[in-house]
Amino acid sequence: MRKYIIKRLLQSIVILFFVAFIVYVLMRCLPTSYIEAIAREKSMQPGSKSYEEWMAQLSVTYGMDGSILSGFIKWVFSYLKGDFGDSWKWTVPVITKFQDTVWISFVMGFIAFIIELIIAIPLGIIAATKQYSKADYTISVIALAGISLPTFFFASLLKLLFSVKLGWFDLFGLVGRNYDQLSAFGQIMDKANHLVLPIITLVVVSMGSLMRYTRTNMLEVLNADYIRTARAKGLSEKKVIYHHAFRNTLIPIVTIVGGSLPGLFAGALITETLYAIPGIGYASYQSMIAGDIPFSMFYLVFIAVLTLLGNLIADILYAVVDPRVRIA
Amino acid sequence: MADLKDKLENQIESSKANEPAENEEYSLSDDRRVKVLSPGQLVAKRFFRNRLAVTGMVVLIIMFLFSYLGGIISPYRQDQKFYRTDYQSKDYAGVIHNEEYRYTVADKDLFKSSVQAQALMNIIKENDKFDYNGVSYTLEKLADELYTVSSGGKIVGIASKELVTPSTTDKLSFDFTLNAYRAKAEKKDSFEADGISFKIDQDGIITAADGTEIAYISSYIVRAVMGDVFFSREYKEELIAAVESGADSFEYKDENGETFDYKLQYDAANKLWNVKQTKETKIFDTYSAPSKEHWLGTDRNGMDMLTRLMYGGRVSLMIGFIVVLIEGLLGVILGGIAGYFGGWVDGLIMRMVDVFYCIPSLPLFIILGAAMDAAGVPSMLRMVYLMLILGFLGWAGVARLVRGQILSLREQEFMTATEASGIAPSRRIFKHLIPNVMPQLIVFLTMSLGSTIIMEATLSFLGLGVRFPFASWGNIINDVNDTFVLTNYWFIWIPAGVLLLLTVLAFNIVGDGLRDAFDPKMKR
Repeated sequence: MRKYIIKRLLQSIVILFFVAFIVYVLMRCLPTSYIEAIAREKSMQPGSKSYEEWMAQLSVTYGMDGSILSGFIKWVFSYLKGDFGDSWKWTVPVITKFQDTVWISFVMGFIAFIIELIIAIPLGIIAATKQYSKADYTISVIALAGISLPTFFFASLLKLLFSVKLGWFDLFGLVGRNYDQLSAFGQIMDKANHLVLPIITLVVVSMGSLMRYTRTNMLEVLNADYIRTARAKGLSEKKVIYHHAFRNTLIPIVTIVGGSLPGLFAGALITETLYAIPGIGYASYQSMIAGDIPFSMFYLVFIAVLTLLGNLIADILYAVVDPRVRIA
Repeated sequence: MADLKDKLENQIESSKANEPAENEEYSLSDDRRVKVLSPGQLVAKRFFRNRLAVTGMVVLIIMFLFSYLGGIISPYRQDQKFYRTDYQSKDYAGVIHNEEYRYTVADKDLFKSSVQAQALMNIIKENDKFDYNGVSYTLEKLADELYTVSSGGKIVGIASKELVTPSTTDKLSFDFTLNAYRAKAEKKDSFEADGISFKIDQDGIITAADGTEIAYISSYIVRAVMGDVFFSREYKEELIAAVESGADSFEYKDENGETFDYKLQYDAANKLWNVKQTKETKIFDTYSAPSKEHWLGTDRNGMDMLTRLMYGGRVSLMIGFIVVLIEGLLGVILGGIAGYFGGWVDGLIMRMVDVFYCIPSLPLFIILGAAMDAAGVPSMLRMVYLMLILGFLGWAGVARLVRGQILSLREQEFMTATEASGIAPSRRIFKHLIPNVMPQLIVFLTMSLGSTIIMEATLSFLGLGVRFPFASWGNIINDVNDTFVLTNYWFIWIPAGVLLLLTVLAFNIVGDGLRDAFDPKMKR
């Protein structure tokens, strides 16, 4: 087991290296709009140097001179030393901005994830146990609709209904206008209130796939021989489904749930942007639009790490939960 | 057991009854004895039995017709702008009726404003002489409300309620003004000033010998609100006539033959008439509500929404198909090679797949989109890049699927048979392996069509995908970023969203249906 984990970790590091390289090369090849914008602005000032001179000077200041390869090597070594650089857009160290934003994203993602589990797993099991019934069709269509629903459209609908027509929630932001005047408890409630719509959006958009996954797996389990045996020995249907089948369905579900845990830190880029929630997703969206290379680079690598970690956890869990699986 | 036997017998009876009336005998080898269905027909049969999938298929067909036929049928072009006429009323002129004495000054030192005030007092008292600061002044009445002030036999100023206003930008000399007043007072039709003779008519309009208007005398002052406007004499006469008759609007046809409406408003506080010109202007027919001409109204640029939706559908579907085609081709080729050859080729390609799987695609698209913004890539090229990028980043999933399938198929007997009969590897891959991967591939690609369309729409929604003048369902909904549109113009964004949702849903349902249909283990 340990050998396997070490092997996978080494593999992941190699993959990560290549991902970082590709992303870095892409970033460097693209026009660095951020520096260009500053250079243009500076050269506009009376009595200033020309645009080209500013460009040359700023490239040195921002460490964008030199070849891409040497830049990448420098980047790798500074990351290895734990130096993640300074964000251009936010004018603070990348790690500071990251720590400022990641927790709100995690809280939002985590609550949404729990709600998603509570809704999706039971519905998936109901759909599977009553295959081809009306309930099954309804749930299947709901799950597919959730997958097919464009986030931005659903978010707009929610805003129209709950923010504009009913006026229950604000359209944007994490805190209300009078946030500073509220008591500590009031402040928490204010934030919670602002998170309701984003969480609904996240849950609806992402629960479909888990629902379908649960249903498929439950169907597979229900067709297994040991379920027939359980039925044959005269167990009640309830016991068969909730005792024998459900436990076995949990194997792949636990795997996938464990695998998606790291992803909660990645933030919901689209949803956060739509609701202007100052999480990691929204911050990096703004950075990417502004051409802030250090922060974007950090975010992309961070997501890649989370993906790899998720895969690793899923594979390990698979072996841990299911004793039949032997991994070498 | 007895029951079963009965049932069987019944079945046989009934099947006998259903047999054709003519007693034809079929031999065992006769094809007509059993209805033969090819595997494809079986799949189709299973697919069409699935009502949900058929519904999805119908929705898709409708979407295609809507997008591709609709664009042809629609009477409008996708970038045709519509206008509506709007009446714009803007401040044009101000008219003041002068009711106070105003002074024309010849000698600044002798006729200062303090002297002017003294003169006014003495005019009211009807004195014809006054002293001020040791200087004596004489008032001479030329006509009603028209006096000259002289000192030491020299005229130093004029006090009058009527004014001589130059018609051009030239300044008028004091001599000219004085003689003009005199001519008006004496009702002469010509006068001489500075050695040149001028004509003056009853309305107080002064013209040079060649007939050009120099100035006019009137108690009304007409001034333009905007600097570059010049009023013709006819216009002023018309305007003053309207003011005097107390009318609140009048029409005037200018030299170019354009007729404008003017509205007069009396401002009692400032004792002036505001003249507003009502101009008919053509503006873009933006955000107009659904009507007979525009079934879904018009958008931000005054374009027909329904037509935009049709063309947007074309773009969204086309991008979806092209991206999936690129993904599919790359995936099948690389996955096929990896699965068939195995060994280090497989290892290399699969590590590539791992890397591509790990690249966060959405953030990358955002960065690329922003970079394209900075570089000012034209709309058409943007669309091509978008398709290429989406395609090149999406092949990993297909490759993994194809490789997995081929790995299991490779071990089967029919592949051993192809090998034994000496068929070339390329033929073995593309003739024997790939067709067997097809079912899973079709299902996968159908599903990824849906997600590609969503991805494209999301990028366009963020303003990083398809750009104006091209429409796509995503960039149509983009307008909703404006809270005013979100609140007030449902017809701008809801239809596009519904179309998008329906299309993606239909692709997913059809994909699901196909999976069930292809799966021979399916019981139904």
